[in-house]
Amino acid sequence: MANLPNTTENLSLDTFVRGLWRENPVFVMLLGMCPVLAVTNTTMNALAMGLATTFVLVCSSVLVSLLRNWIPKQVRIASYIVIIATFVTIVDYGIQAISLELYAALGAFIQLIVANCVILGRAEAYASKQRLHTTLINSLGMGAGFTIALLSLGTVREVLGNGTLLGIPLFGENFQPWVVMILPPGGFFVLGTWLLLFNWLRLRKERKALQHAGVPANAG
Amino acid sequence: MQAESLYSIFLNAAIVNNFVLALFLGICPFLGVSAKKETAWNMGLATMFVMLVSSAAAYGINWLLTELELEFLRLICYIAVIASAVQLVEMFVKRFSPALFRSLGIFLPLITTNCAILGLALFQTAKEYSFVQSLVYALGAGVGFMLALMLMAGLREKLELARVPDVSQGAAMSLMLAGLLSLAFMGFAGLGGSVG
Repeated sequence: MANLPNTTENLSLDTFVRGLWRENPVFVMLLGMCPVLAVTNTTMNALAMGLATTFVLVCSSVLVSLLRNWIPKQVRIASYIVIIATFVTIVDYGIQAISLELYAALGAFIQLIVANCVILGRAEAYASKQRLHTTLINSLGMGAGFTIALLSLGTVREVLGNGTLLGIPLFGENFQPWVVMILPPGGFFVLGTWLLLFNWLRLRKERKALQHAGVPANAG
Repeated sequence: MQAESLYSIFLNAAIVNNFVLALFLGICPFLGVSAKKETAWNMGLATMFVMLVSSAAAYGINWLLTELELEFLRLICYIAVIASAVQLVEMFVKRFSPALFRSLGIFLPLITTNCAILGLALFQTAKEYSFVQSLVYALGAGVGFMLALMLMAGLREKLELARVPDVSQGAAMSLMLAGLLSLAFMGFAGLGGSVG
C-alpha cells in the first residue's frame, strides 16, 4: 500500500456535508435499503437504528483507517467484515442492556447491520485510503445522512399509518389510520415517493440551469 | 417449535413471510439484478446455493458454540462462513461460465452482504430449528427469493417498453412496483399456519 499515489483528501466542510445530501447513502446511492425499509414503521425505531448504524459505521471506519497500512490487500474484505461484526456485536449487547423493548422491536435487524452495504462500502471506498481525521468526519456525515433518511421514512410512516408521532397522537379520534403504511408495502411506497420527489427536484434544477445558460435542452 | 411440519416451514419461508417482500431482506440484489430475467434466474440460483451451504454450516457452528459457551462469537462466525461460501460460488462460476461471471458483475461478491443469507442463519438459530428443518427453511427462503426476483424481472422487462414520466424512471419506479408486489403477497398472510 505504501507505493500508492497520494490520494488523501484534505479536510473540508464538504467531507462532512456530502454524506448528508449529494452522496446520501440511501436516497442517492441506494445502499443499505433493507433496514431502511424494515425498521422504519415508527420514528423511534428509525432513530435507534440510525444511531446504531452510525456508531458501527464511525467505529469501523476509524479502525479500518488506522489499520490501512497493515491489512494485506488480498484479505481486506474479510478483515473489514470481521471488524464490522465485532462492533455490531457490541451494539447488539449494548441495546439489549439499555432497552429490551427496543431490542425486541428492532429484532434481527441489529445483527443484520453487519450486512449493511453502506458500512462495507465506506470501508472499502474511503476509509482504506484516507487519513484518520478525514475518515472520522466523512463517516460521521454518512451516518448522519443515513439517520436522516431513516427518520424521513419513519416519521411519514408513523404519522400516516398510526396517526402518532413518537407515540403522541396528532389527529383527533376520528382519524382513520392508513394501516398499509406500517405494513411492508408502505415502506416501498414511501421510499418510492421520496425518490420521485428528489427526481422531480433534480430534473427541475437541470432544466432551469439549461434555460439559464441558453443551451437547447438535450436528452436526459 | 419441533411440532412445526416441514411443509409449513417451507410455505412460510417461501410465500407467507417472503424474505424479500415481507421481511425486507436482500433488497439490494432485488433492485440491482432484476433488470433481466436471465440474470435474475442465475442470481437466484447462486443465492439459493449459498443459502443452503451457509444454513447447514450455521447449524453446525451454533451447536459447537453453544457447547463451548461462546455464543457472543456467533455473528462473526456466521459472516465468515457466508463469505467463504460466496468465495466458493464465485470461483465456481468464474471457472465454468465466464459470461455469467461478467453479467453478475459486482453483485456476485456482494452476496456476502446480502442480508437475506445472514438473516436466514440468524432466524433459524432464533427458532431453534433442527438440522432438517433448517435445510427446508433455507430452501424455502431461496425459492421465495427466486420468486420475488423473477416476478420483478418480468415486470421490469415489460416496463422497458412502456412510456413512463421522466420523473419516475429508475429506482423510484422499481420501488413502486415492489410495493405493489408486496401488497399482493400480503394476501397470503396466515396461509402457512404460524406467523413469524
